Amino acid sequence: MSGSPKTLAEAIIAAHSNDNAVPGAICQVRVDFAFANDITGPPAAQEFKKMGGARVFDRERCAMILDHFTPNKDIASAVQSKQGREFARDQGMLFWEVGRVGVEHAFLPEQGLVLPGDIVIGADSHTCTYGALGALATGVGQTDLAAVWALGETWLRVPETIKVVYGGVPSKWVGGKDLIISLIGRIGVEGARYKSLEFHGSGIAALSMDDRFTMANMAIEAGGKCGLFPPDAKTLEYAESRKARDFTALYPDDGAGYSSVVELDAGLIEPTVALPHLPGNAKPAKECSDIVIDQVFIGSCTNGRSRDIGLAAEALRGKRVHDRVRLMVIPASYEVYHEALDKGWIKIFTEAGASVCTPTCGPCMGGHLGILAEGERCVSTSNRNFVGRMGHTKSEIILAGPLVAAASALTGRVTDPREVL
Amino acid sequence: MSGSAFEKISGRAWVYGDNVDTDVIIPARYLTTSAPELLAPHCMEDIDPAFAGGVRPGDIIVAGGNFGCGSSREHAPIAIKASGVSCVIAMSFARIFFRNAINIGLPILECPEIAAAKGDEIEVDLKMGIIRNNTSGRDFSSNPIPEFLQSLFTVGGLVPYVRERLGAQS
Repeated sequence: MSGSPKTLAEAIIAAHSNDNAVPGAICQVRVDFAFANDITGPPAAQEFKKMGGARVFDRERCAMILDHFTPNKDIASAVQSKQGREFARDQGMLFWEVGRVGVEHAFLPEQGLVLPGDIVIGADSHTCTYGALGALATGVGQTDLAAVWALGETWLRVPETIKVVYGGVPSKWVGGKDLIISLIGRIGVEGARYKSLEFHGSGIAALSMDDRFTMANMAIEAGGKCGLFPPDAKTLEYAESRKARDFTALYPDDGAGYSSVVELDAGLIEPTVALPHLPGNAKPAKECSDIVIDQVFIGSCTNGRSRDIGLAAEALRGKRVHDRVRLMVIPASYEVYHEALDKGWIKIFTEAGASVCTPTCGPCMGGHLGILAEGERCVSTSNRNFVGRMGHTKSEIILAGPLVAAASALTGRVTDPREVL
Repeated sequence: MSGSAFEKISGRAWVYGDNVDTDVIIPARYLTTSAPELLAPHCMEDIDPAFAGGVRPGDIIVAGGNFGCGSSREHAPIAIKASGVSCVIAMSFARIFFRNAINIGLPILECPEIAAAKGDEIEVDLKMGIIRNNTSGRDFSSNPIPEFLQSLFTVGGLVPYVRERLGAQS
């Protein structure tokens, strides 16, 4: 465990492995939490059986979360959910029915099931979201996940780490989404391929946990294995008040070796969007005000949390969504949904002319509740704007944070929130 | 891998650029199944609608950097393998796709120098990591696969590896 100074990724791997956690090494690691969703869970269950698996390694640390095509959109997705549900019940592993769950990456942190210092493996690429808690969390496919369910272990190549330092303090118009899109625009969509991003600086200290979840969520959009936030008082308060078990927060050592350092001034970052068809096509929203839109989606594992929904609601209070625009709002969990009810946000949305739906991944990856037709364009608070991601291959997605999304819903074109709020 | 990792293979090249994401390899609208025979007809549909109808057994996908970026869906390498593709050669791979391909036994080679045009005849010696473009006459060598992953190949992939370990435990 001792030896040369470690980055946070190296420190977490070292604490979970008997192997030497130096960049490039392949280490066998113990896994603290492992889960799959309705797309990856049923095939993971099949692979688990092929492996000769009888019981998951720890039923309190393994979960099945049906969130992508739920409430089920068609017969095929209902069959898929049924298979996932039956496996989960048979195993006695963690499982919650529709109406009591949410988008996996919003729900699991709320439940205190993923915690600082953990290694979390999920059969979903946005598992990296829990990096906001200082957990080394990363996505795998269903066969890898089945192996974790069986063994409680997996192999990880120890990543090199890019230190990202945000100086300054972001303005009130700028949040985690603007910061992370700006970074991906800087380093490119494979700028962190196989690597860990480790976030530091006054611009990060100023951010809410929800903004940090947004940023960690999109580490994968730079190709990253994980995006890690060394825990601070905000992290520990969040985790302590929710923890389902004990945890040990870990930190990077002074003098750790970084493969590179990237510096940005959070105070200079403006409301930013990512234009089609890559999350790295970053551009200030105010330079895109001639782009006319048909739809706005506010939700997803990227921006469907309390702060996101609250900011969007306040921006829309007493206003009307543009006549030409469809606004879909989907709180990412029932905790968020209940807060939105208590604080009157749902009423603000519906009075503004928005559609508000039950927690689900929904239209983010072209599942349901807001698919795009040929030629349509959507401002979305989700994480990917790939060709065909939300529908027709000739539709377009512009990624943005909740304030740009709400402002754009009001005007019917991509809009910097400072223009209308 | 069922022994396929150490064979020589050859086929026609299907050539794509950088950042081919898993949404275009197999769009989410088809993810209500993971059955290979149902995924294959839609493989590459959103980047190259002619692929599924034109691909022949043994053909090889040649691509730029960051191949397979995006979603963790193992359905992407499953669809490629089920379409008959014998090997994917890319300048680099996104990490989840890399793991998934190895786990399901789809041969992949990382080769930063690879150059090919659509339809070129490509020959690959998987054991040696040597790629020959018979149309252009150029040879390329691929980056070596880490030792632990080679040992996964040797036992036939992740499923038999875990079977063996669970058997040893009981």
